[in-house]
Amino acid sequence: MNFSEVFKQSNQLCKVSPDGKYLATCVQYRLVIRDVNTLQILNLYTCLDQISHMEWSSDSLFILCAMYKRALVQVWSLEQPDWHCKIDEGSIGLVSSRWSPDGRHILNTTEFHLRITVWSLCTKAVSYIKYPKACQKGLDFSRDGCYMALAERRDCKDYVSIFVCDDWHLLRHFETETQDLSGLEWSPNGCVLAVWESCLEYKMSLYSLDGRLLSTYSAYEWSLGIKSVSWSPSSQFLAIGSFDEKVRILNHITWKKIAQFEHPAIIDNTKTVYKEIEKRPAVSSDEMSLHDITVASSLFSTQSKYDISPLPVQIPVVKPDPDRANPKIGVSALAFSSDSRYIATKNGGFQVHSLNWHCSGDSLILIGKDQLCLCYMDADQNNE
Amino acid sequence: MMPESSLVKDHYGISVKCGAPLLRHFNQSSLPLHGNTNAQSAFCTQQNVPECLSHINQEVSSLGLRTIWTELDESSDLNVVTVLNCMHDLIQLHRRSLRTLENMEVEQLKSSSKLDYLQLSTTRLKEQLEISKRENTGLLERERQLQQKVKSLQNCLKNEKEEMQKLQNMIASRATQYNHDMKRKERDLNKLKERLSQLLVDKKERKQAIDVLNNIGRADGKRSVWKTEKTEAKHEGEMYKTLLSDYDARQRDLVLENAELRRVLYQVKNDMVSLLRLKKLTQKGVQNERDGTQANSEEEQEEEGFDLGKELFSVHASEKLTNSIRLQWRRLKSHVEQLDSQVSLAQVNAGKSSETTPRENHEEEVDKLKLEIQECKDLIQTQQHLLQHQLSSSCDEITSLRNDGYMLQEKERLRGEWKTLEGQRSIFERERKNFTEAAIRLSHERKAFEEDRATWLKHQFLSLSPCGDPKKPMLSNPTGETELNLQLTQEKLSEFLSDSASTPKYASSSSPSTVDLHHALHATPENLLNKPKVKTTDTEESRNLWEDFPILQELSEP
Repeated sequence: MNFSEVFKQSNQLCKVSPDGKYLATCVQYRLVIRDVNTLQILNLYTCLDQISHMEWSSDSLFILCAMYKRALVQVWSLEQPDWHCKIDEGSIGLVSSRWSPDGRHILNTTEFHLRITVWSLCTKAVSYIKYPKACQKGLDFSRDGCYMALAERRDCKDYVSIFVCDDWHLLRHFETETQDLSGLEWSPNGCVLAVWESCLEYKMSLYSLDGRLLSTYSAYEWSLGIKSVSWSPSSQFLAIGSFDEKVRILNHITWKKIAQFEHPAIIDNTKTVYKEIEKRPAVSSDEMSLHDITVASSLFSTQSKYDISPLPVQIPVVKPDPDRANPKIGVSALAFSSDSRYIATKNGGFQVHSLNWHCSGDSLILIGKDQLCLCYMDADQNNE
Repeated sequence: MMPESSLVKDHYGISVKCGAPLLRHFNQSSLPLHGNTNAQSAFCTQQNVPECLSHINQEVSSLGLRTIWTELDESSDLNVVTVLNCMHDLIQLHRRSLRTLENMEVEQLKSSSKLDYLQLSTTRLKEQLEISKRENTGLLERERQLQQKVKSLQNCLKNEKEEMQKLQNMIASRATQYNHDMKRKERDLNKLKERLSQLLVDKKERKQAIDVLNNIGRADGKRSVWKTEKTEAKHEGEMYKTLLSDYDARQRDLVLENAELRRVLYQVKNDMVSLLRLKKLTQKGVQNERDGTQANSEEEQEEEGFDLGKELFSVHASEKLTNSIRLQWRRLKSHVEQLDSQVSLAQVNAGKSSETTPRENHEEEVDKLKLEIQECKDLIQTQQHLLQHQLSSSCDEITSLRNDGYMLQEKERLRGEWKTLEGQRSIFERERKNFTEAAIRLSHERKAFEEDRATWLKHQFLSLSPCGDPKKPMLSNPTGETELNLQLTQEKLSEFLSDSASTPKYASSSSPSTVDLHHALHATPENLLNKPKVKTTDTEESRNLWEDFPILQELSEP
């Protein structure tokens, strides 16, 4: 394995284009476009302020750079470096900015979630969507890019609006059964919308594309509820991770629980458990000066390897502070493999930021704060 | 006197009743009669007065009273005074006894009443005891129940406390969550207020604007359309189309799955039916076979009416299928239970040949088969080995040639060494033969020498002694001969010894020969001593001489 030289970036804004040809990184207020194979700088754009958010358009032709402090969005073109586009939200402020699935519209959420402005780059037209809900995940595009579901809150009631992304036509608008909607997600086939409550109540509602309520599911009452949700790529299963450290799988025919996985502190019933063992290199202080030590510790990062631990394995559990809100317990990340055979879950306060499966379904990337790890699956393993 | 006499009579009657048996032979007829004045005559008559007197005297004295009559009295008449006194005493005695009797009766009555009273009281107390015991057990039972209740209530209390604790924790977490959200909202509100005030104060309002160099085309290349009712309807249509296609796909999958499951069920049913049919035929006799065939025909009819292709989609057919499967399953279950009971019976009745022999046969067959399998396996293994060996031997030609070459060299070397060894061995043999011959010769010569010496010494002694010896001149020659012989043997011995010294190589072979030599040398005087050689009388004489003169023996011994 070869490594390239280290490049600078800020804000963890570093994305490969959807077609896999280019790599875009942000350094302060500059946007650097490199070729993925040669890492040569192809283009260099300068924005007006420090870039807070950067996103490729779906056809890899344009890049959006949002500067929240100045309420500006600048769009750059790859084909025509001279082309420029600047969207100024003005006094109303900017909290988030994103592309639409067709790559020609930009949705800006204003400060205090007053409204969502839909800017069209084709026609310079503007649309407004009122009363968007400020929640964990209030906006979701279906996978084929046809529909957009938006959570709204009017008069202390939750609503969901379904828009057709072609012309931003409001297809459906219906009230949900939730008290305080916390998130929504389309199923991969675009026919079912999963809507879930805030963590104060465990309630998952399923709506069909045309706004009918298909089913609701509630595992228990009163304790803190849903923490994370994930659809399987075949749309057959819906995995719900909750604060009680359990993952429940619902099936798409009856919307009832078909499986439940637990995360006990003592693992006894799985096939293999891999434990990361860190080996910190011993640094003898009498030989090196302070400078050397710091250099050495940064160069020789802690090597870790994975050993198969014999069952039963005790997982170190850190009890979270019960007096704080949003405690660090419960299943916070779920990821299905692409063939829906495996699901990877993260429970508790482990330092794993994200789980992502490779598209072939054979390997899993765990990204932590400083490290990342690739897990390869063998044919008959089941890594939890 | 009459009443007294009557009294006396009465008393007499009574005393006679409880009196001594001495009186019996006097008046038996007067025993039971109370107040029978006529009985007086029975005891005492005019004739037997003195006897009566003496008798009464005895009685009275035995009672401890003064005697009424002594023999020493002069007059035979009774002393009335003494008699009266005696009577009085008797009466007193009698009264006393009556009184004591009354007292005793009274006492007895009292004690009996006391006894009754005590018995009553004991029964009463026993009853009371019983009652109190029962009460006690009842109370214990109640106490136990109450304690159990207490325990269960304590458990309930504990559970309730735990639940309450849990609920409290939950409420606390919810409260923190609410507070957190509230604070967040408040912060947002404050920010909003600030912003609003800022905006109101701030005159310069920056408007929204977009600044694009030029419009870019749509992603799909088409022209954008106005929002009209037609487009809205089109969107609705598209949405429903996606939903319908999804449902269609799902339904297709479900139909396929359904068909598959039905097929499986059908197969299972068929298998069960065939199994039961077989069992029915084998188990029951010919008579039942008819019934079985009847039943089978029923089933066949059922099956015929059960065309899988046609009936896939009817609810009625699926019901029929499940019912038939249930029926078959029940039959199979009962059959299996029967088999189980049969097997248990067979196990219990081990003697019944009809049921155990098949099992034994089966076991024998199984063992035979196992042996066969083992043999075949061994055969296969040996064949494999041979095959491998052959293959390896045929494959490694080069290495085998090389090995042969090495072996030939080795063989040549060994042959040469063998030859040298053989030569050496033959030389050893010859030498040994020579040595043994030499040793034998030496021993002979030594023997001769010794004989000569002995004769010479003998002659010397004889010459020394005063007696003449006619044999003296005869022995001069033999002595000279013996001297010569001695010299010769000495020379030979030295030669032999030098020879033996000059050939140290064959030390190993020489040692036995020297041993032989020593043996031979030692042996000669012994031979001379033990086995007399029939040579001359000299030897005999020499022996005799040695016996007589042990000095000679010492001299002869080297």
